[in-house]
Amino acid sequence: MHPAQATNPIIRWEYLVDEWDQISEALVQHLRLTVVSVALGVVLATGLSAVALRFRWAATPITTTTAVIYTIPSVALFGILVPYTGLSMWTAVIPLVGYTLLVLVTNFVAGFRAVPAAVRDAADGMGMSRVRRTLGVDLPIAAPYLIAGLRIATVSTVGLVTVAAVVGQGGLGRLVLDGLRRSFWTPMVVGSSLSILLALGLDLVIHLVGRWLTPWARRRAT
Amino acid sequence: MASAIRLVGVTKRYDDRSPPAVRSLDLEVEDGELVALIGPSGCGKTTTLRMINRLVEPTDGRIEVAGLDVRSVDATQLRRGIGYVIQQAGLFPHRTVAQNIAVVPRALRWDRARIAARVEELADLVGLERSLLARYPDELSGGQQQRVGVARALAADPPVLLMDEPFGAVDPIVRARLQGELSDLQRRLHKTIVLVTHDLDEAVRLADRVAVMSLGGVVEQYASPDEVLRAPANEFVEEFVGADRGMKRLRLHTVGELPFLQGPVVDEATTPAEALATLDRLGSDWLGVTRDGTFAGWVHRTSIGEAPLSRLQLHMPAAQVTPDSTLHSAVELIMSSDTSVAVIDDGGRFGGVVTLEHVRGALARGRGS
Repeated sequence: MHPAQATNPIIRWEYLVDEWDQISEALVQHLRLTVVSVALGVVLATGLSAVALRFRWAATPITTTTAVIYTIPSVALFGILVPYTGLSMWTAVIPLVGYTLLVLVTNFVAGFRAVPAAVRDAADGMGMSRVRRTLGVDLPIAAPYLIAGLRIATVSTVGLVTVAAVVGQGGLGRLVLDGLRRSFWTPMVVGSSLSILLALGLDLVIHLVGRWLTPWARRRAT
Repeated sequence: MASAIRLVGVTKRYDDRSPPAVRSLDLEVEDGELVALIGPSGCGKTTTLRMINRLVEPTDGRIEVAGLDVRSVDATQLRRGIGYVIQQAGLFPHRTVAQNIAVVPRALRWDRARIAARVEELADLVGLERSLLARYPDELSGGQQQRVGVARALAADPPVLLMDEPFGAVDPIVRARLQGELSDLQRRLHKTIVLVTHDLDEAVRLADRVAVMSLGGVVEQYASPDEVLRAPANEFVEEFVGADRGMKRLRLHTVGELPFLQGPVVDEATTPAEALATLDRLGSDWLGVTRDGTFAGWVHRTSIGEAPLSRLQLHMPAAQVTPDSTLHSAVELIMSSDTSVAVIDDGGRFGGVVTLEHVRGALARGRGS
């Protein structure tokens, strides 16, 4: 056994105590990057979805573009942006937003297309205005799709934020990089574990909020 | 009576390349009348219906509801005053049954208590258990959903109802029941109803008048169901209503409409000789016997001898109808009975008999239309 590893167990518990400030700071940074990116992604995806739903011809170009963005390797995309946005938060956020678009737009469009034609017809026939129908009928019926899209986008963003540490935006990825550089297992394990827990936690929160917002979808199963 | 709905020279052209879906259509629906638009698919009946509440805007022509040009009214305002029922019910899955029924009253800003009271009233009216009001539509059967659809359309008590194949998506047994309920409802509410259907039996059963339409929204005949069946205006209508139109007419008339026919029925005090003479005269083998004005039963010619009729063993009638029975059910009973005669039981009293010849004669004279 290599001597370095002998003194280097997977977890050194005192690290958690000594470096707690750093760890919690990384966690907060991670959460902030995730929330900002997903929030901006939702705003952008809402606009793109609205265009895709309004103009039939626009749907394919929009989904294709978001799919192409999704295929760009994240490390490369972070690197490409450095000359333009430096090591600012935008260097991390822009690609993260880009990656959310495919799943968000796809789910948003699918959700609104899932509104039964008969329901729309009935809403119109009862004298609902366009805005009222969209907010009061289409949106709630599409909600389970929107929530599903939001969950996937959030979980994958939590994972990608880890990679964003390469452009110096902190987050749990910094702990992982730190550990890699020093061949020190503990920060890597702590960073990865917290990232997983954060992803699961956010997923659960959105899931529960979604259930609370769509009581009818729950009753259907019974 | 005033026209509740009037279409004058209405044309709908969806695009310039194809012929119009509806071409210069004239149609009037009177106040409180149920009119069925019927025809093969693509004949423009649904387009016609949807132009009345402006879900489809006519290319040309004029449509009036209650004397008002529909284009002079804001479309959403217009629609809140016209009930709309569609095939798939189109209930909002995210709203409870009560909330579904309350959509239009809420849009009209009724207060809470009034809405709640109205919702319960409507549930009773359409035969929906109140316990279902808190459920979501997906927890209901197809028939129950369609009842909610009707309740929702009636919520703000609109004078006009538009129904697009309202019972097309439910099974035949439920459909028949819902049709009966609509019929009862209409007898009480006297709404002006335009009903689109491709089911001739439905149209015949429910409508005061039927507009038979052919491709391009051309009205081939606009008359009472009985008239359409008895005297189709042209070959198209004749073919559309089918070869069994005579049988269909039987459903439109009741036994009570027939002229009284004594038939081979005598009082038990009649002498056996007179009874046999009656049978001979009518060419019948079965003799009906009444006692105190009530039908007591049948006796076969071979059982009649010297004994008074009151002593004979009687067979109870195999075929018995009431004045409310349709001629259709009377004919069905006659076909399956030994006596080839159905006896009318008018609340316990003998009300005459029905024979096939009797029915045929009545229809040929066009009675009761």
